[in-house]
Amino acid sequence: MAKTVSGVLASFKYEDSAVDAIKGLKAKGFKDLTVYSAAPNHHIDEALDQPVSWVRAFTLIGAMTGCAAGFGMSIWMAADWPLLVGGKPIVAIPPFVVLGFELTILYGALSTVAGILILSAMKSLKGRAYKPEFSDDTIGLFVPCSPEQRGAVRTFLEGTGPEEVTEHGA
Amino acid sequence: MTATTHDPSRPAMTHAEVTRDIVNTLRTPSRGYYMALFAAIGMFLIGAATFVALLKEGLGLAGYNPPVFWSVYITTFVFWVGIGHAGTLISAILFLFRSPWRTAVYRSTEAMTVFAVMTAGLFPIIHIGRQWIFYWLLPYPNQRWLWPNFKSPLIWDVFAISTYLTVSTTFLVVGLVPDIAAVRDKMTGWRKKLYGALSIGWTGADSQWRHYSRGYLYLAALATPLVLSVHSVVSWDFAMSVIPGWHGTIFAPYFVAGAIYSGIGMVLTLVIPLRRVLKIEHMITEYHFDNLAKLTLLTGTILFYAYGMEYFVAWYSGNTFEQETFWRRAFGPQWWSGWTMIICNAFVSQLLWFRKIRRNLTSLFVISIFINIGMWFERYVIITSSLSNDFLPFAWGQMNPTWADWGILVGSFGWFGMYFLLFARTFPVVAIQEIKEMIPMPRRKGGAH
Repeated sequence: MAKTVSGVLASFKYEDSAVDAIKGLKAKGFKDLTVYSAAPNHHIDEALDQPVSWVRAFTLIGAMTGCAAGFGMSIWMAADWPLLVGGKPIVAIPPFVVLGFELTILYGALSTVAGILILSAMKSLKGRAYKPEFSDDTIGLFVPCSPEQRGAVRTFLEGTGPEEVTEHGA
Repeated sequence: MTATTHDPSRPAMTHAEVTRDIVNTLRTPSRGYYMALFAAIGMFLIGAATFVALLKEGLGLAGYNPPVFWSVYITTFVFWVGIGHAGTLISAILFLFRSPWRTAVYRSTEAMTVFAVMTAGLFPIIHIGRQWIFYWLLPYPNQRWLWPNFKSPLIWDVFAISTYLTVSTTFLVVGLVPDIAAVRDKMTGWRKKLYGALSIGWTGADSQWRHYSRGYLYLAALATPLVLSVHSVVSWDFAMSVIPGWHGTIFAPYFVAGAIYSGIGMVLTLVIPLRRVLKIEHMITEYHFDNLAKLTLLTGTILFYAYGMEYFVAWYSGNTFEQETFWRRAFGPQWWSGWTMIICNAFVSQLLWFRKIRRNLTSLFVISIFINIGMWFERYVIITSSLSNDFLPFAWGQMNPTWADWGILVGSFGWFGMYFLLFARTFPVVAIQEIKEMIPMPRRKGGAH
């Protein structure tokens, strides 16, 4: 059982209330917020103002590796036992494009998934409060803070129009 | 918090209603569901028994007859690979085009893709004869360190199909994770534990959505050229040879259009009854079927053109072998298969010019059955008619399917149906999170989204 992270959890039914709360907390210097939503929400993204994900680097590196592997494999294997078939060159690039292309896609896709998993795991959510309604119709906002700050954060959040605000942690 | 609904792509529901209605599809299924599942299992067992007979007796049981050594099994292989294409078109290509109507149907079509490609993957193995050494197709050398010939389209096909299966499975699974988490949060007991394990810790946190949304976009961008390449590569299994009727440069686009056409036919066959059984008629509406039908009309018309062009090129080329092949397709011993293909694909699809037909689910269902039949016959005609009559008249011969051909064909439908039905019972067949993304959340201060 992960140790509970100290902080305050607010639930919002209204999107603009959640966005106001996020902006207000950021203005107060709270950077490490966790916002739960049932679907991607561009208003929340704008309020959080986070940089573009680095998944793209995984996709690019995976795709380039796949391309090199596809061409490399077919060229090396053809050259390893040179066998002339139908008068065609031993290393014939046009047919090997198919292998290069397929492995570009395969490696690119698999490394994209690896990227999503690795980058998502880099920010640990263990111990942060969560409620099942966040995957339904409610936006959740968890603000990690020290036990001493919880009162002030709670008061602020209650002023933004949440459905419920609860404190967590020892 | 009811959403505004003049946009027909956006269901008139709240987020909570979306979760409730889709989670309800996973509760105790109806009698009709069990009947369909048992029918599928029965069909699969017919196929399995036929396969055991093939293993024991050899491929002589099938209707292979010189010079036709590619017949019903390769026909069915191409048929199932083609079925998969509509799923990726709807889930990936229409995602990139931001087409809103795809949202309600893409999950079921994506599942169809995976199971269709899984089904297709069985056929080269069934067809090769000595099935227990199928792994010879993989790129590893024999005892004398001789590697596979990468100039052969058959090896391209191994790579194309296995990449397609892997990437489409990945795409399906990645899309499912947030929905499984939504189901987890509504379930109790062992189901909660099961869906909890499958949701791999998904909570919908911003840090997860940030990487997920980007990654999903890149997966769609990778799947888009892949789907166009796969059936092109399948078409090159034929077009790279010099057999009359096969050696055509239009084969790749012709096959891709045919694949999407057949796939949407299968989507209609599956989704029209499914929405009723799962009681999700309010989510998959006439509007969605209208759009699917327009896509069917487009691809059906491309096929019409391709069929016409094949005959025109055969005539215009002045090549007697080509001319003979196409003459036999229309008036030879198996003329009925040639006309079944043309009528079911080129002509029946033209009925979809009429809005009334596009929006009538009974007529759409009937048309979809014609499409399935027509597209199976298209591959049968292309494969067997060309092989029956090539360059040497003394070597000509007809292919006559036997019970072993039909048994495996029936089994393939059972195998596919079994997986599809089990999927529909276990996982959300409508994408919860994407539907919710389309429905604006309520705002305290009012105003448009």
